[in-house]
Amino acid sequence: MSTVVKADPVGPAGSARLLSERRPLGDRGFQVLTLACGLLVLVILVLIAVSTTQQSTSWFSAEGLKIFTNNWNPAANQFGALAFIYGTIITAIIALVIAVPVSLGVALLLTEVVPYRWARPIVTVIDLLAVVPSVVWGLWGILVFAPWIQHIYASIGSGVNGIPVLGSLFGPPTSGASFFTAGIILAFMITPIVTSLSREVIATVPAIDKEGAYALGATRLEMIRGAVWPHSQGGVVGAVLLGLGRAMGETIAVALVIGSSPVITSHLFAPGYNMPAVIANQFGEASGEFRAALMGIGVLLFVFTIIINVIARWIVERSARRKRGA
Amino acid sequence: MAIVAEPQQPDLREPAGWRRTSNRIATWLMVLAFVLVIIPLGFVLFTVIAKGVSIISWSFLTSGPIPPIVLPASVGGLGPAVLGTIEITALATVLAVPLGILGAVYLNEYGGKGPLARLIGFMADVMTGVPSIIMGLFIFAIWVLHFGYSGLAGALALGCLMLPVVIRSTDEMLKLVPDPLREASYALGATKARVTVTVVLPAAIGGIVSGALLAVARAAGETAPLIFTILGGTSVANTNVFKGANTALPLQIFSNATQPYTGAQARAWGAALALIAIAFILMIAARLVTARFTRYSR
Repeated sequence: MSTVVKADPVGPAGSARLLSERRPLGDRGFQVLTLACGLLVLVILVLIAVSTTQQSTSWFSAEGLKIFTNNWNPAANQFGALAFIYGTIITAIIALVIAVPVSLGVALLLTEVVPYRWARPIVTVIDLLAVVPSVVWGLWGILVFAPWIQHIYASIGSGVNGIPVLGSLFGPPTSGASFFTAGIILAFMITPIVTSLSREVIATVPAIDKEGAYALGATRLEMIRGAVWPHSQGGVVGAVLLGLGRAMGETIAVALVIGSSPVITSHLFAPGYNMPAVIANQFGEASGEFRAALMGIGVLLFVFTIIINVIARWIVERSARRKRGA
Repeated sequence: MAIVAEPQQPDLREPAGWRRTSNRIATWLMVLAFVLVIIPLGFVLFTVIAKGVSIISWSFLTSGPIPPIVLPASVGGLGPAVLGTIEITALATVLAVPLGILGAVYLNEYGGKGPLARLIGFMADVMTGVPSIIMGLFIFAIWVLHFGYSGLAGALALGCLMLPVVIRSTDEMLKLVPDPLREASYALGATKARVTVTVVLPAAIGGIVSGALLAVARAAGETAPLIFTILGGTSVANTNVFKGANTALPLQIFSNATQPYTGAQARAWGAALALIAIAFILMIAARLVTARFTRYSR
């Protein structure tokens, strides 16, 4: 990280004014050009919010707070989106429950256990996981994974049927394409980002803290608990939140494996729906208020993910800054 | 003479009992986590390669038109979709990479630690988390509703996805360029624009190119933004990227995945293999560029 003050040819002490007058037009033009490109990020974000909201005002104004009801029936012009919001939250939670322990395990393995020359191939494997396209996960999920795991669901389902809590979570009806399948596929997809961000955070733990713990006779696990964890807690929470944002917005893989059934149910092995999947699946045949409703679901999704990302980035940045300051 | 006991050495071996056991369990759990990552990856790659190899061929990748879903795998090919993917990804790259690099130049060379540059950098990070489907809806709302479906619309959506990634990776690389390099150029009387273009950017070019390649690799496999912008559904090649509906490999996979016909499914596996191959080639290229041209690294 370079913190050296950059030399600025425009303003050396004493003759700033003279030099800035002599500064060629091309030089200033280039500066304006780069500024415009930087501002493009802000412009696009604002335009996304404005244009999609504009296209969905008829849904928001016609339905009002009824958008948060469980009542999705396009044929009867009823567009309550609660089932999709529910599905988004459920699948994202399943994905996090699976992906976070795995990601943290791999991140700790990379930073604290294996020697450097082994770490590189492991990172390559994680990177490979990240470049498998969403649609390929979906294709594999629906044609290979769902038919295979369906039998496991069915036997678990018949096993826990009737048991109070487990029965209503994992009992029948079961289906290969379900909330849980979508959650598992999402877990595969968010593992790379959670792993790489946690690894970056854990790598910033000062070596002296770790060596201190070892010098006191700590085992590796005790060192991780006593030196690594307190230091990287905040950053890891940020990484998990970023994974949550990804899981909520991931579309195509989920659209293929979630089962496309707009219901609110506690049965995790039953088919469901979520926000991005319904937009992707139904946008083609939508027009009028139907299209406005789908756009509106997109607006809600945008708002949710932006809020989560802003909080996550803020946490990551704050913990990084605290570390630099310390 | 009494035998004197040897002085007690401090025990430097691994502690015994539960402390050792818990430590070993933790280590094995970490290894298990990595195994859990490899299994699905290996499974997906194996399936895609095994099912894709049987259909993929030069004529599958180049011939058209795309046959109707009911036809067996031996008929026709996905040439139009390959062409569409190349057209749209290339155009998105041309749009997003230069803008992203210039944006990063602003962040690192001009903005510095000012509030505006910090805001833009922060929002670029946030923008990388915006779901790809939102980019599709956005381009649908501001472009497709007025000018219709086209490859250009798809490229705009993919470009919006790539822009923050390119900005961030380029920014990281520019940070690594040592300041004495800049100062030496200023001392020779070069203007800031000249220093940036002829000294700073060339010094970081390896990292910038490799970051851009990774962004392209991600964009080439994106499906969600294309549904709303290029429509898909066409079976003939559309060489005009600026006009008319187009199609792409990810869209072919998406629409064929849920078809009951074996021919359609076989074509989906073939397209998946092609898509993964494209992504991996770009990723390997990025690594080679990094290895060959990186001058400054952390």
